Amino acid sequence: MPDRSTLLRVEHLRKVYGSSTGDVEAIRDISFSMDAGQLVCIVGPSGCGKTTLLKCLAGLLRPTGGVVEMDGSPVTGPSPAMAVVFQEYGRSLFPWLTVRGNVELPLRHQKLTRAERHTLVADALAAVGLAPVAGSHPWQLSGGMQQRVAIARAIAYQPEVLIMDEPFAAVDAQTRADLEDLVRELHVSRGISVLFVTHDIDESVYLGQRVLVLSQSPTWVQEDLAIDLPPARDQITTRALPRFTELRTHVYDQIQRAKRGQVGSPPAAP
Amino acid sequence: MTGYPGRVAFPPRRRRLGFRIAASLRHALGLPMLLLVAWGLVATRATSQFFPDPLAISQAFVDTWVGPAFVEDVLPSLYRLGLGVAASIVLGVAAGTVIGLAHWLRELLEPLLEFLRAIPPPVLIPVAMLLLGITDTMKVVVVVSGAVWPILLNTIEGVRATDSVMTETATSFRVTWWERLRFLVLPAASPRIMAGVRQALSVALILMVISEMFASSSGLGYRIAYFQRNYLIAEMWSGILLLGLVGVLLAVAFGLVERRVLRWYHGIREVNRA
Repeated sequence: MPDRSTLLRVEHLRKVYGSSTGDVEAIRDISFSMDAGQLVCIVGPSGCGKTTLLKCLAGLLRPTGGVVEMDGSPVTGPSPAMAVVFQEYGRSLFPWLTVRGNVELPLRHQKLTRAERHTLVADALAAVGLAPVAGSHPWQLSGGMQQRVAIARAIAYQPEVLIMDEPFAAVDAQTRADLEDLVRELHVSRGISVLFVTHDIDESVYLGQRVLVLSQSPTWVQEDLAIDLPPARDQITTRALPRFTELRTHVYDQIQRAKRGQVGSPPAAP
Repeated sequence: MTGYPGRVAFPPRRRRLGFRIAASLRHALGLPMLLLVAWGLVATRATSQFFPDPLAISQAFVDTWVGPAFVEDVLPSLYRLGLGVAASIVLGVAAGTVIGLAHWLRELLEPLLEFLRAIPPPVLIPVAMLLLGITDTMKVVVVVSGAVWPILLNTIEGVRATDSVMTETATSFRVTWWERLRFLVLPAASPRIMAGVRQALSVALILMVISEMFASSSGLGYRIAYFQRNYLIAEMWSGILLLGLVGVLLAVAFGLVERRVLRWYHGIREVNRA
């Protein structure tokens, strides 16, 4: 895609956790870049440092080496251009605030008039289908609805990229399909760039335009796979495509090999 | 997109409020009434003058406390108590928040706080009398010296236990320091803070009475000690009865406030139980 500008650039990212029993290398060397308007999925075996990677990208953790650049400037802390949707919706939403209050909280310190703020909140809640329950508290809602609140909070923040950390790992399969379609819809209708971390292979292939397959820890990018499925996705027809099966088999195979550590040699540690 | 209003859980509807109040009153007052009757029966047979019958006490109650004594003794006591509790809450929550947020400060102060808390507050009354004289300030200081600890220690614990994912969420959305305090740290600690306040209330009542018994020329504690020294036994008992009532009223008022402040907390517990 030649006309698109690079939104997020990650170069030779490395993260080592220091501890009293010795250093643990979580991420060895991750490099990739993401264009504005893309939906990129990151998938890898469990325990491969997906959450570490995401926290480094979101400015919540300081990488040991390498750079993360957003719009050409290095990320050193949480950026207003990014919004994170965490896996544990129950611990990410504030139970003492209403649904509306939760979505509004990150907007309070922005230079917006009260009316602008309310418009953003109402718009975000309508986009995820939660306008009727704006006055309820999160714990009065089902798990899927709570994760919708977290998504509404993220899009009301008007980020350039939405970072999602295994957001649907804790909801049931049907709700999960609905939420996947919601993410696709928001991506298409609002042109939001999405970086979607998951351990679910089907989900990554169904959602993404690109899938980054991570190796086992210490992590590097094992494969950067373009998903050449038609852009209009549907839970039934897309998943029934022979190409979908091919792609998911391919990714599955890659992950199995990653687990067995059979894949090539990692880039030499710097 | 469609909404899902049908899946929202609402608290159960309140039906027939009058009936419920009557039922709970019957439960609350049934046993005390029974005991009162038993006491009355025993008192009519007993010869000891230290245990007057309930009618004599209730007569003394009305004679003693309805009238100028209410202004001269009850109100000053309640004023000291209220001031002491308010100061304890402000001090305890403010200091507890600061200590709870700063790791190094907590480690530095913890042994000292444990020591200070272990000192029985009544022993501070002679010291406070020397330093502050026989004043209202002295009594409020004594009340605070005992009531502040449960609030302070609970606030420290509550602030410290703020959920890490919630903290990370606030950080990732670049919530400001003040908003973090107002919308994250204090609400997250509020169940612990309220538990501390509940303990502080009973401690404060005790210290209020003791400080007045020691050194005062007004107040409930002073009055009860005075009656006792002058063998006004029914009046003495009526003062004890009044103190008990003050305690109950405090607990009821606290319960109302707590239900409002911790509505979300009780709501979650109800949902989890269901």
